[in-house]
Amino acid sequence: MSVYNQPRKRVIQFIILGMVMLIVVRLFFLQVIEKKYSKLADANAVLRKVVYPSRGIIFDRKNRSILSNDAMYDLVVTPIAAKNIDTGYLCQILQIDKEEFKRRIATAIIKNGSRRVSVFASLLPPEMFGRLQESMYMFQPGFDLVQRQIRSYPFSAAANILGYIGEVSPQMLVKPAYSAYNQGDYLGMTGLERAYESVLMGQRGIQYLVKDNLNRPQGSYEKGEFDTAAIAGKNLRLSLDVDLQVLGEHLMRNKIGSIVAIDPQTGGLLAMVSAPTYDPNLLTGSYRARNFSRLFVDTTKPLFNRAIQAGYPPGSSMKPLTALIALDEGVITPAFGFPCRGAYVNCGRPIACTHNTPGHAANLRLAIANSCNAYFVHLYRLEVDAPKWGGVKKGHQKWHDYISSFGLGHRLGVDIPGESGGKAIDTIGMNKLYNGQWNSCSELYVGMGQGQVVATPLQMANAMCIIANRGSYFLPHFVSSIDGDESDILKKYKEKHTVAHVADTSYRSVIYGMQDVVESGTGRIAQIEGVIVCGKTGTAENNAVVDGKLVKLKNHSVFVAFAPRDNPKIAIAVIVENAGFGATYAAPIASLIMEKYLHDTISVKRKPMMKTLLEYNTLDPIVREKSKLDSLNGATAKMTSDQILKLYFRD
Amino acid sequence: MINRRQIKLTEGIDWPIMGLYFALVFVGLLSIFAAEYREGDNIWNDIIHLNKNYARQLMWLGISGVLATIIWLTDSKFFTATANLLYAGGILLLLLVLGIGKDVKGSHSWLVIGGFQFQPAELTKLCTNLALAKYLSSLETDFTKLRPRLIAAALALVPCGIIILQDETGLALVYFSFFLVMYREGLPGLLLIIAFSGIVLVLSALLVDKNVLFIIFSVITALVIYFSRREIRRHRSRLALILGIWAFCSVFVMFIVPMAFTKVLKDYQVRRIEVMLGKENDPKATYNTRQSMIAIGSGGIFGKGYLKGTQTRYDFVPEQSTDFIFCTVGEDFGFLGTLIFVGLYVGLLLRIIFVAERQRSTFSRVYAYGVASIIFFHMAINISMTIGLAPVIGIPLPLVSYGGSSLMTFTMLIFIMLRLDADRQMVLR
Repeated sequence: MSVYNQPRKRVIQFIILGMVMLIVVRLFFLQVIEKKYSKLADANAVLRKVVYPSRGIIFDRKNRSILSNDAMYDLVVTPIAAKNIDTGYLCQILQIDKEEFKRRIATAIIKNGSRRVSVFASLLPPEMFGRLQESMYMFQPGFDLVQRQIRSYPFSAAANILGYIGEVSPQMLVKPAYSAYNQGDYLGMTGLERAYESVLMGQRGIQYLVKDNLNRPQGSYEKGEFDTAAIAGKNLRLSLDVDLQVLGEHLMRNKIGSIVAIDPQTGGLLAMVSAPTYDPNLLTGSYRARNFSRLFVDTTKPLFNRAIQAGYPPGSSMKPLTALIALDEGVITPAFGFPCRGAYVNCGRPIACTHNTPGHAANLRLAIANSCNAYFVHLYRLEVDAPKWGGVKKGHQKWHDYISSFGLGHRLGVDIPGESGGKAIDTIGMNKLYNGQWNSCSELYVGMGQGQVVATPLQMANAMCIIANRGSYFLPHFVSSIDGDESDILKKYKEKHTVAHVADTSYRSVIYGMQDVVESGTGRIAQIEGVIVCGKTGTAENNAVVDGKLVKLKNHSVFVAFAPRDNPKIAIAVIVENAGFGATYAAPIASLIMEKYLHDTISVKRKPMMKTLLEYNTLDPIVREKSKLDSLNGATAKMTSDQILKLYFRD
Repeated sequence: MINRRQIKLTEGIDWPIMGLYFALVFVGLLSIFAAEYREGDNIWNDIIHLNKNYARQLMWLGISGVLATIIWLTDSKFFTATANLLYAGGILLLLLVLGIGKDVKGSHSWLVIGGFQFQPAELTKLCTNLALAKYLSSLETDFTKLRPRLIAAALALVPCGIIILQDETGLALVYFSFFLVMYREGLPGLLLIIAFSGIVLVLSALLVDKNVLFIIFSVITALVIYFSRREIRRHRSRLALILGIWAFCSVFVMFIVPMAFTKVLKDYQVRRIEVMLGKENDPKATYNTRQSMIAIGSGGIFGKGYLKGTQTRYDFVPEQSTDFIFCTVGEDFGFLGTLIFVGLYVGLLLRIIFVAERQRSTFSRVYAYGVASIIFFHMAINISMTIGLAPVIGIPLPLVSYGGSSLMTFTMLIFIMLRLDADRQMVLR
């Protein structure tokens, strides 16, 4: 058979040679006949100008641009043409000495050669630019001013969400992932700028200009046949409400902590405050480096996004979840009561409870409203010790499965980088911690959100979404759409996740309990006129190791809530570090934000409360002394509480 | 026998292919180096720390050398015995990538193992080639029948389909090169001609106005009828055939293709195809080709000299050490350089075909033709896209482009062939 087809060898050889001939003819045309290409590559004849695209703009949910572009100028030099000028005067304007001048010229020659354009001084401050522009004719053609875009933040808000851009570093450039960048390019370093870098960056273009003998551009080469237009980056549209964000940042001033507000129906983040924050405009423009190092070393860590990176014990805000697990596993019914006398004593060492009146935990609804510690640690034990598991190890693992389906103990996957996963101990962790010898008493605190369970504010707000939606959620995210984008980059945020299989009736009893918290329980301060608010206060105990000793610190004030009860529009978590009761600080802050979002305004009745909140100062005096934030914070830090109030109430 | 092999390890090796292999790898290293090296770089430091692609390529070459040695020392029966197993393994690997793969540069086709990225779609070319050789050399396979032809086509198209799902269309297309092998083994030539004409028809329908096409078809048909009028007078059926082809082409171009584009394909798919054909003037799509044509064209007849290129060394050409490595050759060495360079490939391909034809066993012959077809397809498409003859689909230049998966796969392809060739006195199946 092989002999039969042997002539086909000739055909295949012919195909190969034919294709190669085609290639060779084309190469001959490109390389030998056509002269346009070699001229294009000749730097002396044709000037190649890189056209930088404008970076994508970021809009909030009401289409206000919260991150846009501003023009600044670089002074660039072509060393070979920079002769016979008044260097002394130029140095004077730039405030450098002659040594520095020579050094910069030498660097430019080493980097790019003497015929190519290099940056001499980047991002000139406005006053310097003004003086230079007036006398530019004296330094041309060797020097020139080149416009460059910088990022600007019109609302001076949402610094940690939006992130900042920075110059690509030599370490990055050697990695294949950054092959599209050149030295001197800027790219997103943190926040949305980084997460959506590929969308925001756009694509560089190239323009070819014919030059005359004095190196001056004389119009486009071959009528622009070879030019490539720059493609602007795509714009992002966020679910964020910048009014809400600014209000949150105002309310959190002089406090450490965080606010996360989510639209439960879409998973879109409405606000994410991490306090203390900073004016994002500090990290653009001429003084970026100086400001960055000051923010970086600041004792209050303003660059740290507490809303997604800090883990807190959820405290009593965890109790609704404990209740849902117990209801779903059938170890209790909503009518289940626990005879709490002010402490839980079934495990030896008593666990104190704020109430000691009999009947304050007579059923689930009451127990949630009164935040009975004994009730919920008991629920945890009932659940893990349920006979059907045949052992606490399996029971605890089941508990852990529930907790992680509620989004705790692992990263949720929000669309900004750096998220932390928090902690929710599983059976393997318990075995390690207790050398395999443990029972339901060992870590019963997890039932009330203390001990081996740690959550980020984002996770707490997300858990509220799950309760608000009665068992489903969308991954929390900022970007709701990207202009002109067809990729499936946002697909995972449009998917509805259903949690476990907890019954609707279980949710109902927990939600009614949370309604009671606000209507008659610990969180009455969070009431909003005309809206049924469901919430839960939390007062999270926390410790720190100081000088080698475990010291108990002042409690974190925690409040989680959603509203309205039916058809929920906002779910929120507020944490004020080391402030005290949840009801005193976190609850009113959450309430004001929900009111602003639901009613678009804050009722005048609440002005005194807001004033008190604005003036609360929970910062440790020593920390405050050391922090330089007041001088850095610009826009809001210098305002008095009355000035801020004027923004919200017309007198 | 065993003793003899120990005495002379290199016995039976085909030196021309070895020489061409090393020449191409060497040119590849030089070009990757030229694309990346900047004055003042500390070369030794970059090599030791694997900072640059040329350093990493050296490492991959070392690994490829080890693989080649292992293959050379393996009994050639091993490859026939495990061909089907390797194919099944390759398909499983491809499916695995669909599940747990990582997105790199917009395609979901990479596995990440301990910091190294690896693209199984490269490796499965080898598996498919072995499986196809095994199937066609089997005594039960009568390749003049329809069923074996369909099975052989499926062997090539299954991995192709999975790779399309991974969004790596370029590498998927390579699998069509196996039809060249099947043609050599008896697939009717008419099929190749029809497939080729089909592609030309679709492309022309997209690129040229349909009314103009209709006129062109009509003129051609009229000319054909005029020149074969005597023939037609003798056989009336010829006229019907010619008119039938004319009618089919016209309907196809004027109605079927536009309808497929508006009704069947989705909007973004249509745009992608149009951009690929250069019909829509998308700067993003034309940028790469334009820059690479400038780089190659500026090389002139004699080139600018090694390391003297301005286009490839200042990052004007994208992907210049992988898909657009040919630009460096074109710019630094000019038309003479590219002529010699393309000559190396032609030499390699013709030598492989020569080697293929001297095999006694069908397995070895089919395998060797497979190697030639894959290399030919890669080379032709890659060079064509850098000079604007083909749309930009990212497939590497064999043995030259930077990339571990690609270099290792081509090394293994070639060295298995060399091993089979050394044992050509045995009849394998």
